[in-house]
Amino acid sequence: MMIPACRLADLPRGEAIRLDVEPPVSVFHTDDGEVFAIDDTCTHQDASLADGWLEGCEVECPLHASKFDLRTGAVDAPPAKLPVRTHEVVVEDGMIYVKVSTEAPNLPPCVSARLAGGPA
Amino acid sequence: MRTVAVVGASLAGLSAARSLRKQGYDGRLVVIGDEPHRPYDRPPLSKEFLAGEVGEADLVLETDGEDLRAEWLLGTRATGLDARERAVRLADGREIRADGFVIATGAAARRLPGSDGLAGVHVLRTLDDALALRDELARGGRLVVIGGGFIGAEVASTAYALGLDVTVIEAAPTPLAGPLGADMGTIVSGLHTDHGVRLLCGVGVKGLSGESRVDAVLLEDGRTIPADIVVVGVGARPCVEWLEGSGVTLDNGVKCGADGRSSLAGVVAVGDCANWYDPRAGAHRRVEHWTGALERPAVAVATLLAGGAVESGVPRPPYFWSDQYGVKIQFAGHSVGADSVTIEEGAADDRNVLAVYRRAGEPVAVLGMNQPRLFTRWRKQLAAATS
Repeated sequence: MMIPACRLADLPRGEAIRLDVEPPVSVFHTDDGEVFAIDDTCTHQDASLADGWLEGCEVECPLHASKFDLRTGAVDAPPAKLPVRTHEVVVEDGMIYVKVSTEAPNLPPCVSARLAGGPA
Repeated sequence: MRTVAVVGASLAGLSAARSLRKQGYDGRLVVIGDEPHRPYDRPPLSKEFLAGEVGEADLVLETDGEDLRAEWLLGTRATGLDARERAVRLADGREIRADGFVIATGAAARRLPGSDGLAGVHVLRTLDDALALRDELARGGRLVVIGGGFIGAEVASTAYALGLDVTVIEAAPTPLAGPLGADMGTIVSGLHTDHGVRLLCGVGVKGLSGESRVDAVLLEDGRTIPADIVVVGVGARPCVEWLEGSGVTLDNGVKCGADGRSSLAGVVAVGDCANWYDPRAGAHRRVEHWTGALERPAVAVATLLAGGAVESGVPRPPYFWSDQYGVKIQFAGHSVGADSVTIEEGAADDRNVLAVYRRAGEPVAVLGMNQPRLFTRWRKQLAAATS
């Protein structure tokens, strides 16, 4: 699935936007001008990585201290233990598109339960 | 360096062991822990774990397949450090000789004098504490929490959600005034009364009553508060008694430089037992924060491996979080010395606030209640402004 995110010109460096797909995906524009897309939800607890602390190619969860590598999705330290999915990004005619991964996402337990229709 | 002993097997000890390997240390690594458990995460103990939403397996800090090539000596307490012999003595009689030592023995919950042996009285620091308290909360009843700090408030919040009748007793006029200042302490502790949890402030506890099991908390003003369960949340003291006489300078924990080094060569300290020099504050600070236990070991380990002082840089402002009554509370910086606090976003009555503490007009700390996005921005700005 290819999702249009926003115009590259509308996403300043150092900023991120969240796409309200299920589960949500975030697009980051790094200070170096690269664009990456990863799953937006921290794998530890329900928090939006688009609200996190972007530094270089890493984003730190806004709540706790785990950092995710935007290039690989890898997590560096607890409390999160699982990586986030990464998604392919295409910039065409100034527009950012995200090709959502078909892998299963690593969502925190409370979010998985909610998506499954169980108690949050 | 051929052998490093990490004394303490919680987050700070695990982070130190990871940092050692990450920084290229290839020698023998011994990790000593007084609890029988592998390293586990403590923040959920007062929240999701206590509520029964997550189990023991979810608390494990190591990742699947992680192998630090360490010898784990668990369930045994360190009783002494012999600087001349370069050895840690253990309660079971063993002695571990090493070239380098990382002290990560943490802090222990303060107890109420005279409460030993009285059933129904709990502290909350360890997994075993949480298991015992969880079983009792499941039976319901009247819970009295002594201490309105973060641990006490989180326990009160969790127990309220479980349907218990909860009272919080705080000796100070305002809970959380120490870390947050009086104004914001009032706002955050207002969460208790919002939910019908009784909050009694400015009154000390005289003692507990009960034969074999607690039945009430006696206050200094003469009141008696009936209780089926009591949780004592009155802070923690650094676990450093075992270092007395070792030559390691102790002053509110292990006194350390800004790079984690202690007064003894080849000995560094991290986590809740360590009183690091904070160049930002210009003073030694023993910071009992999860993030410090995670981040500082990298610096201390670099110091140890370098065999002396290293350029440690200015650490990020201290950061901690709390979850109470469904509200995410976040704080970064030092509120001590702030001369103003202003709410920049949200409203106190809604318990939805982004507040900035300033000294002489410069931001020195920031508090967020359900404001993760703005909080992150301010936290970054705070780090940039004072680095």
